[in-house]
Formats: sequence, C-alpha cells, structure tokens
Amino acid sequence: MSPKVISRDVAERLERLDLPFNQYGMDPFGISKRHLGLFFSFLEVFYKHYFRVQCFNIDNVPRHGRAMLVSNHSGGIPADGGMILASLFFDHEPPRLAHGMVEKFAQSWPFVSQWFSRVGQLPGLPEHAVRLLRNDRILMVFPEGARGTGKLYKDRYQLVRFGTGFMRIALQTRSPIIPIAFIGGEEALPTIYHAKTLAKIFGAPYWPVPPYLVPMPMPLPCEIHFGEPLVFEGTGNEADHIIEGYVEQVKDSITRQIKYGCALHGQRRAGLPYDVLGERP
Amino acid sequence: MKVLITGISGAHARVVAERLVAEGNDVVGIDRRPWPHPREGIRVYQADVRKRPAADVFRKERPEVVIHMATITHFSASREERLRINLQGTRIVFEHCHNHGVKHAIFVGRHTIYGAAPDAPLYRTEDEPPLAVSTFPELADLVAADLHACTALWRWPKLTTSVLRLVYTLGPLHRGTLASFLARPRVPMILGFDPLYQFMHDEDAADALLAAVEHRLSGVFNVAGPPPVPLSVLCRGSHRTALPIPEPLFPHVIGRFGLPHLPPGAVSHIKHPIVVDASAFREATGFEHRHDAHAVMTAFRGGG
Repeated sequence: MSPKVISRDVAERLERLDLPFNQYGMDPFGISKRHLGLFFSFLEVFYKHYFRVQCFNIDNVPRHGRAMLVSNHSGGIPADGGMILASLFFDHEPPRLAHGMVEKFAQSWPFVSQWFSRVGQLPGLPEHAVRLLRNDRILMVFPEGARGTGKLYKDRYQLVRFGTGFMRIALQTRSPIIPIAFIGGEEALPTIYHAKTLAKIFGAPYWPVPPYLVPMPMPLPCEIHFGEPLVFEGTGNEADHIIEGYVEQVKDSITRQIKYGCALHGQRRAGLPYDVLGERP
Repeated sequence: MKVLITGISGAHARVVAERLVAEGNDVVGIDRRPWPHPREGIRVYQADVRKRPAADVFRKERPEVVIHMATITHFSASREERLRINLQGTRIVFEHCHNHGVKHAIFVGRHTIYGAAPDAPLYRTEDEPPLAVSTFPELADLVAADLHACTALWRWPKLTTSVLRLVYTLGPLHRGTLASFLARPRVPMILGFDPLYQFMHDEDAADALLAAVEHRLSGVFNVAGPPPVPLSVLCRGSHRTALPIPEPLFPHVIGRFGLPHLPPGAVSHIKHPIVVDASAFREATGFEHRHDAHAVMTAFRGGG
C-alpha cells in the first residue's frame, strides 16, 4: 500500500469492503487491494472536489448480497461509471465495490486493461455478469452501452435503445435491479461531434469532441439518484416481448428519475436549495 | 487395483505412481524413457505407447485403470513430434483401453487449451470452447488430443473416461510448462499487461489424480488449486525478475538476453489470463488443495 497517496478515509473503507482478499491482497476475480486503494484515492478527488457528486437514496442499494445497478450513460467518456463506483464506496454503509462491465475493446489496451481488471471492472461478457451476481456482488450496467456515452449534446438525457441482456441475467440470477439516474454528465462533457478517424486509430467506437476540443469533462456538479429496487419474476428464458416489457419498466423508472433529477440539478446550478419538488417519483 | 500410467518416467507421473503404490495399488508404467530404480510395486516397461510392445503390456497386464500422462509441450519437442506423441499417442492408448477391458481411463490434459484472449471470460467452465487453436496454434496438438479423449465418452460408454484439464503445476519438481517459463532469473512480461496465472502444487496435482481414480469420474473436469495471482506476483514469489517488454519488441528479444525461447502464440498467454472454474471437480471428488499460492511459490524456489 502507498500510505502517502491513499487517504485515511479510503484506507479505512477499504478494510471494510466485503471481499475475500488473500495474503497477497488479491481476490479470486483478480481484484487487488493496493490497486483499489490507489483507484479510489484518484476517484475521491473527482467525486468529492471536481464533480462534487451528491447521492440521493443510496440506501436503496442493499447492504449485502447481489444487486444490479442499471443507469443511463452519458458524457463522452464513462465518468458516470467511475462516480457511481465512488458513491458506493464513499457514501454507502458499508462500503461496497460495484463491478462495471467494460467495453471489450479496452481489453487490448496496455495498462488500461490491467488497471480495469485489478479494480474489478471486467470485460462486458454475460459470463462475468452471471458469475459476479452469483457471488453476491454488485453489478453496474449501462444498457445503452457506447450508444449512451456517444450521444450528442443535443440528445442529452434522452435514453437510447436499451439492450435486453441485462434483464435476462437479472432474472436468471434473481437479482434486484436498482434504476439509477446520473445527472450532470451531459453538461460536463458536451459532445458536439464525433471524430471518426481518431476513433479508428484508437480502436474505440467513437471519439467525442466538445466545443473546447479536448475530451475532458468540465468540473460541473453531478448527482446520482438511486431508485427503488425493481424485482422481476422469471427464469431469463422468457420470450423477447416479455423481456422487452420488463426492460421498458426499468427504462420508465430511469426516465422518471432523470426528469426529477434534472429539475433538482437546475436548482443546484441556480444556487437554490434542494427538495422543493414534492414527492420523488 | 492395477493402474497403468503412460509416460510414467515423467517427474509428475512418478509422484502419482508412488502415491498409488503407497495406497496399496499395483502400478505398471510405459515410457520411452527409463526409470532405473522404481520403488517396489512399480513395474516399468520401456516402450513407445504407439508401438506394438505397448499393446502387449495392455494385453499381459490387463490394468483396471489407465492414467494417460504421455503428452509433451512445446518446450520439449518439435511440432511434428508433438502431434505424433500427443494426438496419435492418445488415440492409440484409448483404443487399447477399449480393446483390453480397461474400466477407467484418465486423460491428463492442460487448462491452456482454453486459450487466452482479450474477450474471453475470466473463469472458464468445462463447456467453453478451446480457443487455443487460434490464439496459440502451437497448442493445436494438445487441443486435438483433449477433444479426441472426450470422444471416448460417447464412443465407448462402458469405458469410464475422465478428461482432466489441470492448471499449471509448480513446485519442487521444477518440471512443466510454467516451471520452464520461470526457469531463468529473468521472466518476460508484455509491458502494460499483468495476467492472472493459476497454478497448483505438484503434490496437489497428484492428489487430484488420485481423487479422480478413487471416485471413478466420468466426464470433463477442470482441476485447479489456489485462486490465481498476477504474473508479477508469481515472479516476485518465485524470486524472479519480471522484465516488461513493449509488445512490438517482444519477438526480437525473446530467446535472447537470458530470456526463454517462446513460440509466437505464447504472447497471448503472457498478455491475458487463463483461469478455470474447477468447482465441478471439487464437488464430484471433495478435492481440496493443501498448498496455497505462497506455499507453491516457496516450494518452487526451493524454500520449503
């Protein structure tokens, strides 16, 4: 561990993570305690100071056991994923590690793939999702995938097509779904153009270009709204139209959270106090 | 019970043979290589499993159980030789098992047949396809041998067949693919990649084979010991120096500067993990490894 880099808060919370680390500080999925310490110390700066993230109803995430976090995806680069990870680590009691499903193309990048695996962010394969949930872990999915982060500023906060694989996995593993709205990401990195040549060079699905050209999010405040858990009954082998119906319910729930969240976000940007919007959806 | 071990003169097979004898079994072995002074209870026939004298051993000894360990890796033979020994040898041994009334045949395979790839799942179950045919073409003979052994499950239902896919073995014997890779003081890595490596102690591997014999397993099973550790940890634990090399330079420096010679396909196995889910084997046999990763690395470097 590098005590100079890792904050006391991170070190203390790391000790309380419910992960079976061995004597080398590794868990069976290849997660390294040392890497987690550095990773969360890095995220802490962005979570607490850069994006000044505020969480709402994080208690909807279970204290123990499996759950699937399903969120909108936005902001050119997946900073929302990092902030949701940080929220579960810094603001949830007890701290929990969420496992994201990383785009497969990132696995071929030196250092990037290594870091993703050491901090529990595995390639987006159904086998990983099922295994993590069966091990009572928290899975974080963005059913919009790269379509979500790649959307342009003019389409902000409009959910694009959801994949349905996550719902079959949730049913198969009997995992509750926590719908999440991440607000602020669209404004932090407003994509106005996709540089196709750069994307091709880096093997990425797109390359976001904001008005200020550098694809780095601006330090604007963000909020994360955790919805009530949704539990669906089934085996995961249902017909497509049934699964699509369930997915629509999740999408509706996220849309309602987004609407409410956007209104609150407007108040925060305007310097007004929160919670004057009546009942939460 | 009479057990025949092919490739008995190999370091791992000797351990298995001695353990079987210690448990009161009668052990015979076939190998091209000699085993000058085996302990009492072990008879070694110096022959090639693919040749006629080996058939005569089956005919004369009538073993009840056969453990097929006469396979080799890229570290010890040419491509043609590997194909002859691994694939043809496996085919002939299983035919002998069928023709000479063997009740239980065990094929000792390797987990590397699953292949390493960036988009492969971290934990491989037995129903995963063997990607090594494309990611590591030099392993094609072992993949073919493994799949051929699997055909015995439906071709000869009366012959109980166990196809075991063992993770790397490591320990005091200093033999095997991983031991060869770690044999020199400097171990090559690909810069920016640090894959998980899964290995088990030489003795745990022998325990697992004995468990397969005892439980007369039928089917395909992954066999593993402790949870995997990154290659960098394995290097440190084995007192080796990891040498991260940028991937474009790798083909030019490998085999030089005190680094081991590796076939081109091996790069994928140094970049990405091959980790297996061995829960089916554990459930079927109750097998538990006795040595954790630290103990295995300590034993390998000669510390205990």
